Amino acid sequence: MSASMIFGAQNVSWPLLPSLILVPVATVLVLLVLPKSRPDYLKVVALAGTSVTGALSAYLLWAFNKSDGGLQFVVREAWVEDLGLQWFLAVDGISLFLVVLTGLLFPVTILATDPHHDHKPYYIWLTLLMAGTMGVFMALDMLLFFVFFEVVLVPMYFLIGGWGHGNRVYAALKFFIFTMAGSALMLVALVSTAVLTARSTGNPLTFDVVELAQTQTLGRTAEILIFLAFALGFAVKVPLFPLHTWLPDAHTEAPTAGSVILAGVMLKLGAYGYIRFGLYLFPNAAHSLAWLFLTLAVVGIVYGAVVATMQTDLKRLVAYSSVAHMGFIILGIFAFNSLALQGAVIQMVNHGLSTGALFILVGWIYERRHTREISALGGLQRSAPLFAGIFTLVMLSSIGLPGLNGFVGEFLILIGAFQTVQWFAVVATTGVILAALYLLWAFQRVFHGTPDGENAKMADLRVSELFSIVPLLALIVFLGIYPKPVLERIEPAVNQLLAHVEANVQELDQQEPEAPPVPAGVQQLTEALEGTETGGEGE
Amino acid sequence: MNTLFAQEAQIPDIEWSLIWPLLILSLAGVILITITSLVPRTRTGSFPAAFTAASAITAAMFIPSTVARVNDQQLVNGRAEFYVLARSIAVDNFTLFITGVICLAVAMSAFLLDDYLRREGLESPEWYALLMLSASGGVLLASAEDLIVAFVGLEILSIAVYVLAALHLRRSESQEAGFKYFVLGALSSAIFLYGIALVYGATGSTNLRGINDSMFAVNDRGLVPAQDSSLLLVGIAFMLVGFAFKVSAAPFHIWTPDVYQGAPSPVVGFMASGVKVAAFAGFLRVFLYGFSDLQEEWLPIVAALAVITLVVGSFVAVVQTNIKRMMAYSSITHAGFMLIGLHSATKDGLGGSGGPEILGSSAILFYLFSYSVMVLGTFAVITVMGRTGDGQHSIDSYRALARSQPLLAGLFVVLLFAQAGIPFTSGFVAKFRVILAASEDQNYVLAGVAMLAAVVGAYLYLRVVVAMFLEDETDDAVDVAAADAGDSEPIDVPPAVLTVLVISVVVTLALGVLPDLGGSFLDNAAATLTQLRD
Repeated sequence: MSASMIFGAQNVSWPLLPSLILVPVATVLVLLVLPKSRPDYLKVVALAGTSVTGALSAYLLWAFNKSDGGLQFVVREAWVEDLGLQWFLAVDGISLFLVVLTGLLFPVTILATDPHHDHKPYYIWLTLLMAGTMGVFMALDMLLFFVFFEVVLVPMYFLIGGWGHGNRVYAALKFFIFTMAGSALMLVALVSTAVLTARSTGNPLTFDVVELAQTQTLGRTAEILIFLAFALGFAVKVPLFPLHTWLPDAHTEAPTAGSVILAGVMLKLGAYGYIRFGLYLFPNAAHSLAWLFLTLAVVGIVYGAVVATMQTDLKRLVAYSSVAHMGFIILGIFAFNSLALQGAVIQMVNHGLSTGALFILVGWIYERRHTREISALGGLQRSAPLFAGIFTLVMLSSIGLPGLNGFVGEFLILIGAFQTVQWFAVVATTGVILAALYLLWAFQRVFHGTPDGENAKMADLRVSELFSIVPLLALIVFLGIYPKPVLERIEPAVNQLLAHVEANVQELDQQEPEAPPVPAGVQQLTEALEGTETGGEGE
Repeated sequence: MNTLFAQEAQIPDIEWSLIWPLLILSLAGVILITITSLVPRTRTGSFPAAFTAASAITAAMFIPSTVARVNDQQLVNGRAEFYVLARSIAVDNFTLFITGVICLAVAMSAFLLDDYLRREGLESPEWYALLMLSASGGVLLASAEDLIVAFVGLEILSIAVYVLAALHLRRSESQEAGFKYFVLGALSSAIFLYGIALVYGATGSTNLRGINDSMFAVNDRGLVPAQDSSLLLVGIAFMLVGFAFKVSAAPFHIWTPDVYQGAPSPVVGFMASGVKVAAFAGFLRVFLYGFSDLQEEWLPIVAALAVITLVVGSFVAVVQTNIKRMMAYSSITHAGFMLIGLHSATKDGLGGSGGPEILGSSAILFYLFSYSVMVLGTFAVITVMGRTGDGQHSIDSYRALARSQPLLAGLFVVLLFAQAGIPFTSGFVAKFRVILAASEDQNYVLAGVAMLAAVVGAYLYLRVVVAMFLEDETDDAVDVAAADAGDSEPIDVPPAVLTVLVISVVVTLALGVLPDLGGSFLDNAAATLTQLRD
């Protein structure tokens, strides 16, 4: 494979990717010198900094070469030469939309939420978190990835602990220690990968993901052990059943901004990790252990949905729904099928949009009513009709109603998974039904009926609030109707990744059962979704 | 006249200029006592502290020129070391690196001591004299090429610190700490000395090169052990115990929590930095050089020590409520990491082009430097927070510090996260280097244990962060009462302490972002450690 095929052409002449990290960092420096007595200035500066970063990520989307499945916008600088560390940043069709999602969700969150106290550190941590998250999605040096992966814990820890509710300190500690424990062995694993590869090739030590993925010299046992160490770290982050117990606590106790970012962006760090450091770096191990992750994924789908149904706290319900939704994404990743993997990638974006919006809406309910108990709420549709309408739209997107974004991802995942891992897909489908159950039931209890007391007086959305959530709603609808611009950028990267897996998994052909024929109607629908038949360039 | 001159020339030519740092540190201590004895005790002011810091900086200023001489000589004849005083002291990049760290620790401790002694009403020059003498012992230990000299260095280093630990005359805990440290330290010194005697008995030499040369002899069966190896092994084991005690490796760590808790806070800062660095330096030189041929025998013991140290240090730390005890266990855990570095710095039989050893040596040296800087900053905070009487070290007294002292809390939190090994601090780079060295050495289990211990250890630092940032002062009525009773004294951060703290934070962050800052000195020092055996 030639270098130009891997890296693609340089799309822009200036360092676009580093600026996605450096603009938030510069914003933090400005925030540090601002007086803490002026929360309005602080908010404007934080919003401006994150919006500029968001605009840069939108520009990235525009400048991205959609026919190229390789890495683009590559930036490489030596960091520690002796140890082979480098600042290696790049995006491909898989990470592109996660970067854009990050660029979108942070300004929206800052606009939509208010910390109520200690504004200065709040905006500093939030902006710093943006820099760190951008770094994780763009880093292609293993150690650099790990550095960002770990460092994002600190701002999130302070956000949960400093501005959270009730049991915030416990939730923050649990979040930090769980995640750190998960990734502890990851450092050993990534160092071992570099060391073992360098030893077998005789080349100098390198942590370059692309180079290591092309080499593939690890022995089978080593590869499986190393993959498991990586997978443990990601499994905590995703979270996969049974390592999910930190998530309900962290989500429920976190302030709204924390929940939005945690669900919208940070859970994707784990799923993205499985793609980049599982499938790509250790294709053999990932393929032979796929059964494990498929099982955990479908258990998570059903378990998350069942537990969500039982919740009495609205925010906790949304938190458990994340466990179920992330299960779909993992199912799509380990189905080793192009459609399923494309579905997993787009579902990451969809989940970020719809769950992010749900958390914002639940946060607004809490601000108005000072409770999240479903039993204490009721009839809000009468007092806040606009609010109820928007909640309906977001909820339906989360359920996966056709025409909204959630459907596209789940459908692709299920179609793809059905071709390779039929029975897992069958079980996962029940998750779609259960999602309708718990969300509709909760909606019914919160919004239907006759409001009493406080509920009758609940204020509807303010213009500023409406303004902050409209971008999310617009994307929810747009991606539901016309996902092609996203899918056509994801597809080349996914196909290139699967070609890489196929080239490296020796026993793939013998092990793979004959794919069941796809019904004609499904085929047409799939093609329509992908826009392969229309082939048009858009509106 | 001419013959007399010729006879005088028989006196070995001692290159005093090579050991200026050692001479300056020990002479400055004596000079300081002499000068201040002529002036009334109350009139000395900040002079002793300034004199000490100036002496340490002067001593450190001789390092670059000596490094240049060492490197020049390496270009000429390939040997990167000088030997002085009848081959009992080696001056090489390793010695000079350790000397630099010790000088830094002395200067920063002197800054901390000045305001501390004024606050406690204990101003007297003995503290500084003992500090410098202890440092000179440390430099001697780090450069010792002979076991007798190593023992002398170790004793100078230790005895001065025993006294320093007990020097807070009004606190009984301080006396107790000094006494405990002395009794246990003396026992370990005795064991260490007995070890030296046994090694001498087995090899007929106290010189490291002599010991190394005498271990194997070539005869018709090839390379065979040249002497009674059981005697030698017992000697090595005893010396290992002595060093393990000094670096506070479990199970020889029992003294550490009590001494750290009782000793005056700035002195503990020096114990955790200067003393630990010197002890590790001696450990490295004696074992990696003198006993390198027997490493199959002692390496498993070092590995076991490392595992026990990591587990004990991290798990016992969790239940502590006194911040100085916490830092004691934290320092034990970090010693475990350093022991892994030492383990990886040994020559492995797997071949390879010297890669793993260099990684191990540079990992431990980087760790020693970055940990010293972090821990001195940490004890700068603890010194301030102890307030008059040096007694308020409960974690509760750190509650809501972020509200009352945002700058102090903000700087402290960087050091705490650095010790927890969070990226973009030197603590992460140190941890990464150790893991890398261990992986190169194929000790994946050691690396894994170290990382898991680091997670448990992180809980310790997070508890302090929680207290400072996430808890309110008025969490319950009991604490309010306690606050009224004792905490009423405001926290005073003198400029000198703030300077130490800022330097420590800046270095910690700078090394985290640019890990190879000033790397060639570190690499040369690490290379020295591996070349000594060739």
